[in-house]
Amino acid sequence: MPLLDISQLKKTFIAPDGSKHTVINVKNFSLADRAQVALAGESGSGKTTLLHLIAGILKPDSGSVIIAGQEMSALSESQRDRLRATTIGYIFQTFNLLQGYTCLENVLLGMSFGPGADRTFARELLERVGLGNHLKHFPRQLSTGQQQRAAVARALANRPKLVLADEPTGNLDHKNATEALSLIRTACHENGAALLLVSHDREVLAQFETVQELERINQTEMPEEGKT
Amino acid sequence: MTLWLIILRSLRQHALSTVITALSIALAGGLLMSVWVVKEQSQAAFTGVNGGFDAVLGARGSKLQLVLNSIFHLENSPGNVTAADYLDIKKNPGVALAVPIAVGDNYHGYRLVGTIPEMFEQVEYAPGKHYELEPGGRFFDPARKEAVAGSFVAQKMGLKVGDTFHPYHGLIFNEKDQHAETYVVVGVMKPSNTPSDRVIWIPLEGLQKMSGHDPNMATEVSAVLVKLKGGGAAGFRMDMMYNRQGDRLTFAWPIAATMTDLFSKISWFDKVLALVSYLVALVATASILASIYNSMNERRREIAILRALGARRRIIFGAIILEAAAISTLGMLAAFVFYWAIMTGATAVIRAQTGIVLEPFQFNLVMLWAPAALIALGAVAGVVPAVKAYRTDVAGHLVPSS
Repeated sequence: MPLLDISQLKKTFIAPDGSKHTVINVKNFSLADRAQVALAGESGSGKTTLLHLIAGILKPDSGSVIIAGQEMSALSESQRDRLRATTIGYIFQTFNLLQGYTCLENVLLGMSFGPGADRTFARELLERVGLGNHLKHFPRQLSTGQQQRAAVARALANRPKLVLADEPTGNLDHKNATEALSLIRTACHENGAALLLVSHDREVLAQFETVQELERINQTEMPEEGKT
Repeated sequence: MTLWLIILRSLRQHALSTVITALSIALAGGLLMSVWVVKEQSQAAFTGVNGGFDAVLGARGSKLQLVLNSIFHLENSPGNVTAADYLDIKKNPGVALAVPIAVGDNYHGYRLVGTIPEMFEQVEYAPGKHYELEPGGRFFDPARKEAVAGSFVAQKMGLKVGDTFHPYHGLIFNEKDQHAETYVVVGVMKPSNTPSDRVIWIPLEGLQKMSGHDPNMATEVSAVLVKLKGGGAAGFRMDMMYNRQGDRLTFAWPIAATMTDLFSKISWFDKVLALVSYLVALVATASILASIYNSMNERRREIAILRALGARRRIIFGAIILEAAAISTLGMLAAFVFYWAIMTGATAVIRAQTGIVLEPFQFNLVMLWAPAALIALGAVAGVVPAVKAYRTDVAGHLVPSS
């Protein structure tokens, strides 16, 4: 049984003019345990919405998302939060580090809602991503590349089975992007987590053995500007 | 741990508004506790102070004025009592002790009270407590121009044994009204925490015969302080005799009832003060609501990130409620500083004006219920922003989207 199994997943948004736009219409998609897959999609192709649906941040209109044997849409919001806290790690394009918290606290928060705070493991993760000397640094005191590494450490803090990465190198220069991508892949591999990365960057996608075109699996008939 | 970390970081991120809001809570809490304690303690003190007497006999007039003048050394004397009336009540079989006092002079605004040595020898101003002197002093000789200074007067005027002074005529100090007589201080009283600390005691005759006083009134006294035998029955008889059957004199009995009447007459003032305190508390609580609510827009992204990390809605809701309660708690801790400041001022003013000493650090239940109430109100004030936080659209605030 795959780690992630999506079928007949639909999400529609209502535009300000009242018209309905189907942003996600995925018939079938699956991801094996420990697999690393990249989804290629241009801006506005619904990449973020798909990841939000997988993470349980958004609820689909229909269809199913099964993660580690649990059907997301059958769960209450609180149960979805719990599943996200214990099973999923999320890396954002803009890192989304909490600005008022130190590096260490950001990582601790990544595990607090799931398995519980483990300072030793949090330190270990930060050391592994090269931030062992920046535990008490606030995000604003870090370079962009360091912030992304902190975000990677936080995404792995809850020992997830699945890491979702949304344009994780979008805000990095070429050198940092290459390093970050390598770090994400290695860290997921070492932690036994599957990785689903979405990007429009062909250089990033070229690093993956398995790349799927989002437009192929997301069969919507909508204007580009309607997608989010 | 997580919840406290979120709260502490949020308080730190909004440090300025946290401090200002906590200070407004502190002011409200300090004010509320001060008003409450001053009200309760002053009422207890004024109704509890009787100088060791049961009643006061004075000129026909207000019982309250008579008690304020003769026991609390406030207000003007309502008039005089003749020597015959004094001797008459002294001989009354229902009277254990009758001590005459005479007022009408001052020393730099502090009253001179003429009396007889029995005031110091026989009177217990509180159960088991006699007036005592600081070492090196003695009570005055009634035949000489000698004075015993109350502790507060001695401290304020720097009077000590051996000092001399000229009394001034009237109860209000006017340097042109100096009497020719010279009095020598022979004793300084130990603090009694009663209005007696604010007066200078001199012999009765000395005040009666002070130069410039009407010689025709030289045998009269301002009031007679009365200790009854057998309590209620004697008091009731004399109340009938002086107040109902007679029409020349007023017999204020019991003293505490007269003061209780005063407090019931001015209870509206307490209520106004309490109302003001409650309103200040409400405004302070509303400021918690406003400060957190106004910061919700900037917090939404943070809330969305926390939710994306797996924080449940109820954790976010609880964090905001606890943050509001924490601001209140910080405020209430600081409220005790405000309370100390307000009470230090109030205690000094009340002591200077009445001689009554309040004890601001004596435990009062308000020190428990006021903090509890304000912390609870603070938490309630957090409900509106907490609901807003609870409803935060996670996906919509995890920018940017692609």
